[in-house]
Amino acid sequence: MARNVTKNRKLAMTVLAWAIGILIFFPILWTILTSFKTEAEAIASPPSFLFFDWTLDNYREVQERSNYFRHFSNSVIISLGSTILGLAIAIPAAWSMAFVPGRRTKDVLMWMLSTKMLPPVGVLIPIYLIFRDTGLLDTLTGLTIVLMLINLPIIIWMLFTYFREIPGEILEAARMDGAGLKAEIIHVLTPMAVPGIASTLLLNIILAWNEAFWTLNLTAAKAAPLTAFIASYSSPEGLFYAKLSAASTMAIAPILILGWFSQKQLVRGLTFGAVK
Amino acid sequence: MGHISLNQITKTFGNVQVIPPLDLEIRDGEFIVFVGPSGCGKSTLLRLIAGLEDVTSGEIQIDGRQATEVPPAKRGLAMVFQSYALYPHMSVRKNIAFPLKMAGMEKSEIDKRVEGAARVLNLTDYLDRRPGQLSGGQRQRVAIGRAIVREPAAFLFDEPLSNLDAALRVNMRLEISELHNNLETTMIYVTHDQVEAMTMADRIVVLQAGVIEQVGTPLELYSQPRNIFVAGFIGSPKMNFIEGDAVGHSEAAKIGIRPEHLNLSTSEGEWAGTVNVSEHLGSDTFLHVQTEKLGTLTARADGEFPVRHGDKVFLTPQEDKIHRFGADGLSI
Repeated sequence: MARNVTKNRKLAMTVLAWAIGILIFFPILWTILTSFKTEAEAIASPPSFLFFDWTLDNYREVQERSNYFRHFSNSVIISLGSTILGLAIAIPAAWSMAFVPGRRTKDVLMWMLSTKMLPPVGVLIPIYLIFRDTGLLDTLTGLTIVLMLINLPIIIWMLFTYFREIPGEILEAARMDGAGLKAEIIHVLTPMAVPGIASTLLLNIILAWNEAFWTLNLTAAKAAPLTAFIASYSSPEGLFYAKLSAASTMAIAPILILGWFSQKQLVRGLTFGAVK
Repeated sequence: MGHISLNQITKTFGNVQVIPPLDLEIRDGEFIVFVGPSGCGKSTLLRLIAGLEDVTSGEIQIDGRQATEVPPAKRGLAMVFQSYALYPHMSVRKNIAFPLKMAGMEKSEIDKRVEGAARVLNLTDYLDRRPGQLSGGQRQRVAIGRAIVREPAAFLFDEPLSNLDAALRVNMRLEISELHNNLETTMIYVTHDQVEAMTMADRIVVLQAGVIEQVGTPLELYSQPRNIFVAGFIGSPKMNFIEGDAVGHSEAAKIGIRPEHLNLSTSEGEWAGTVNVSEHLGSDTFLHVQTEKLGTLTARADGEFPVRHGDKVFLTPQEDKIHRFGADGLSI
């Protein structure tokens, strides 16, 4: 009997999980499907799900109208640049807080996190003015710095929780085993820290890639990444759902693929410390 | 060689002095156990010897050489940690080989020594596994293997058995004792478990609040405790302490009598009482007896002693086994 109950329960949970999964994925699926429709079919009511004349016209037209690869390379530069810069600052910070905590370490961490509680629009005007006066508006440098700063608290927190899980006794054991500082870093610390750094790197690239508020507000043409590329299809000449969908699909495809291949590492990074 | 001497060493954390000036000679080849309640400074003392903590003042000598300022890596000591502290990203083989690799030893020699240690510790079949795939007892063996391959001047054990279950703990206790008999290397062993201390040690150092209360062989501590603390700490179940009128003719502020030195009878004896709890182990019987004048006393009988809760019993102390203590807590 007990076995039956668990089996039914398992079935129900599986169905529920799939339902939630499909619900979450549906908008993306619909966007991809719409990108292969004509504009007329895209707004047809009732909409057709799979049985329509599949076409690549939208992709062709989007390619002709705007330079996808320039936006793409901007996105790559900004997300990679901000992540690497962020890690360069966050690794030593998180390291020292995890291994040599002071009396105020907790407060410092909370204060860093508190900056994420402020609505970004609250500081838009000052940052915009600073960027204007320093010539950083619509530059890759400016965007890289801003994205690095807004994600820095998250990077530090992730690394901190990860580093804190490395037991101090293992480092002491290495010292007892005759390892000097250099050997300790190369043979013990780095191999243990790399998975955590990799998870943080991946998550932060995704966050930076998808960031839309600052990338839209601080760019015009030169430094505009893929978020601006999508936005440029959203209104001026009325709504063109099919082309907008094609642009969106092209913008999210690279990060979707990256996420798919690194999902194991990502899940581990996000749940680290929560489950043992 | 593994002769370690501590001269007037102290350790202060902030404003708190955890080790007041302390002297200790640890002889070559000796199995010495630091025992005491938690927070008594025994682990700190071990870490000072290891070099993982710096002494605040005083000096440490290892085999006659000044070691006070020498970093842990260069002291020639090996340590086994409570949490095992294995390198999770390395196989068992690499874990054991790590100290040899750090010493710059030839690969062929490393392999030979690792195989040797694995054979001694029954780890040969597990050499290519990661620590995560091993049980607690096996992990502890790997930690010991990592320590023995180096042939150190002395082994330091920091409560190595406290993460193991009871049955395994008894086994590992024997294995460590055997290892000491075979290697004849100095071992310093920290524990809060006085049974471990009594069964393994050549000499025991009893610590309280950073102060050495007594140093001696297990039986010396058992039969001639220097003060009330040692008397109460060594021995299980604990010694009974009696003060007040009953002390009378002993000319002491307090007397102590071990549970095994109280003769039990159901018909006659010096002190009458009723059985509160009786623990029948087959080999022994422990009785917690509520007496009329002396509070609760614990008594031990060899084999089975057939009484139950509420039964009346009489206790008679063996006169020559009574420990007498002065008002200052010291033995008289």
